[in-house]
Amino acid sequence: MSETLPKKVENSKIAVHCEGVSKTFGAGNAAVHALRGVDLDVRTGELLMLVGPSGCGKTTLISVIAGVLRRDGGDCTIFGQDYKLMTEDGITSFRGLNIGFVFQAFNLIPSLTTAENVATPLIINGMKPKPAVSKARDMLIQVGFDERMMRSFPSDLSGGQQQRVAIARALVHGPRFIVCDEPTSALDGETGLKVMELLRRLGCVEDRALVVVTHDSRIYKFADRIAAMEDGRITEVVDSASQLKVLSEQTI
Amino acid sequence: MNFIALKMLFGDRAKFIGIVVGLTFASLLITQQSAIFAGIMTRTFSFLLDVGLPDIWVVDPRVKYIDDIKPLDDDAYLQVRGVEGVQWAVPLYKGSLAVRTKDGTYQSCTVVGLDDETLMGGPAMMVSGDLSYLRRSGAVIVDQTGAEGKLAHLLPGGKSIPLKVGAEIEINENEAVVVGICKVSQTFQNVPVIYMTYSAATLFSPGQRLLLSFVCVKAKPGQDLHSLCQRIERATGLRAYTRNEFKVLTFLYYLEYTGMPINFLTAVALGFLVGIAISGQTFYNFTLDNLRYFGTLKAMGASNRMLLRMILLQAMVVGGIGYGLGVGAATVWGMYMGAHTQLAFRLPWHLLVVSAVAVLVICLSSAALSIRKVMKLEPAVVFRS
Ligand SMILES: Nc1ncnc2c1ncn2[C@@H]1O[C@H](COP(=O)(O)OP(=O)(O)O)[C@@H](O)[C@H]1O
Ligand SMILES: [Mg+2]
Repeated sequence: MSETLPKKVENSKIAVHCEGVSKTFGAGNAAVHALRGVDLDVRTGELLMLVGPSGCGKTTLISVIAGVLRRDGGDCTIFGQDYKLMTEDGITSFRGLNIGFVFQAFNLIPSLTTAENVATPLIINGMKPKPAVSKARDMLIQVGFDERMMRSFPSDLSGGQQQRVAIARALVHGPRFIVCDEPTSALDGETGLKVMELLRRLGCVEDRALVVVTHDSRIYKFADRIAAMEDGRITEVVDSASQLKVLSEQTI
Repeated sequence: MNFIALKMLFGDRAKFIGIVVGLTFASLLITQQSAIFAGIMTRTFSFLLDVGLPDIWVVDPRVKYIDDIKPLDDDAYLQVRGVEGVQWAVPLYKGSLAVRTKDGTYQSCTVVGLDDETLMGGPAMMVSGDLSYLRRSGAVIVDQTGAEGKLAHLLPGGKSIPLKVGAEIEINENEAVVVGICKVSQTFQNVPVIYMTYSAATLFSPGQRLLLSFVCVKAKPGQDLHSLCQRIERATGLRAYTRNEFKVLTFLYYLEYTGMPINFLTAVALGFLVGIAISGQTFYNFTLDNLRYFGTLKAMGASNRMLLRMILLQAMVVGGIGYGLGVGAATVWGMYMGAHTQLAFRLPWHLLVVSAVAVLVICLSSAALSIRKVMKLEPAVVFRS
């Protein structure tokens, strides 16, 4: 089994460790058990895809891992740290320093230029706007932006371009963990592939882990491992899409 | 974060302008209305300021404000002169007489009768003529606004010729001659003011037995005015007010017994409500529009404290701009109206503070709603579309 794993993953350490993680929304009859005991490890250096039908708890799980949502039960550590043991302010600054976010709807601030949007995480972490924007420009060059595009506003850009900006924003402050929720769902197939190529090329480095939530099977090939989720639980973790039971069941 | 907050604010031009316009309107209305109110209130006691010199005003005990004239005995001023600590005490008449102008129209005027010997209490600023000419028989001095306005000779075409030195007028059927034109502060009644000697006033008002309205007193240097007032009251049975007390008495009377404070408060409240309604609403909508981005910032590590400061900064910036524009517009308006009309307009720094506080309250209450919303925002919402 081990010979099929890419080499860098083999040498990886554990970035995220989840055991029996649970989360319930609401109470009584209206209670929704979004996570019913999730066991999952994410290793550094890998891109893990989280797949499964809509409503199975993928977004809830990455929200818990990224520290934007508190879990109800179970254990969850990220780089050895447990949100349960941190204060609200501690979690917030932990996110600022260690986590990059990519959203389905891009969430770029409309009144900031491309470069200023990318500079935001640096500014949040206390950098002055001027050096932050200058560092953001370097990052934007890596995602293939020219001078004119850096000065443009999100509304002037295509969806694919906006998601490239979002990726630059998620990477600019060098976080150790990146979460992407359906990063290609708002894009056409071709553009989605390009965005994933970019994410794979720039995002996957040693010491960093990426979790990409998707139900777009065309991008499964960019994953180091794929975790399938169903009804609030991880049902299987495989190395490539062809091994997915869920997928083969679906295609039959 | 200030950088991001300001970019967000200026980026939404329509809302930004809406908020600023609302605040400008509110601060304009509040400043302008309170300045008019202050102007009118000053006019209620402008006579006191014009007379200037006396330290103490002695009046009938029933007098409630400066224009509430209750005549005193003719010799009251002599009694006051006898009180220890009084440097001088002079009689002053203030009343109302009908004046007939050259074209035959009657005009009610305020008449001030000055002590024949000293002419104490006369106008401080002469435009033409001289105060001492009042000692001539039948001589009067008319205030400039009256001379150019209500007492001017109207020509058929609508133009008018101001009353000038040497002109003759009729006061209560008696001939009088204008020997001077003076400047006085605008009064509340806004009728012409005519100065004459005390004895001329007696002559022009037949049938009025008691003419003495006030005894004006100058204290000897180093006197405690309050104990001097008490001594005067004990000696005469009259009421003695220091100038400031008389001013406050008059001011409070107008506050209590006229509808002006209500009008004024209504206008100010209106400005306040319009400010809240327009700016508060728009500001809150601006925050709601940006809620998704506040959530994104929160997820990316912006603390509640940072977001609070962003919103406060945004509120303070629109507040500052709106306040500046509003107060500026009110000042320009006041200067224009002051130059072209008789409008009462006074803008002391206290009023600037008042409208600044009002705008601040509007901004903070608008921001409070927004802040509440953003503080309660769960960062997890960023993943919901
Ligand atoms: N804030 C919430 N309040 C109530 N129910 C929620 C909330 N967030 C998610 N859910 C529910 O939890 C379940 C899992 O949601 P989610 O994690 O978004 O699934 P996925 O991302 O896999 O589509 C769904 O049934 C959803 O309706
Ligand atoms: Mg989802």
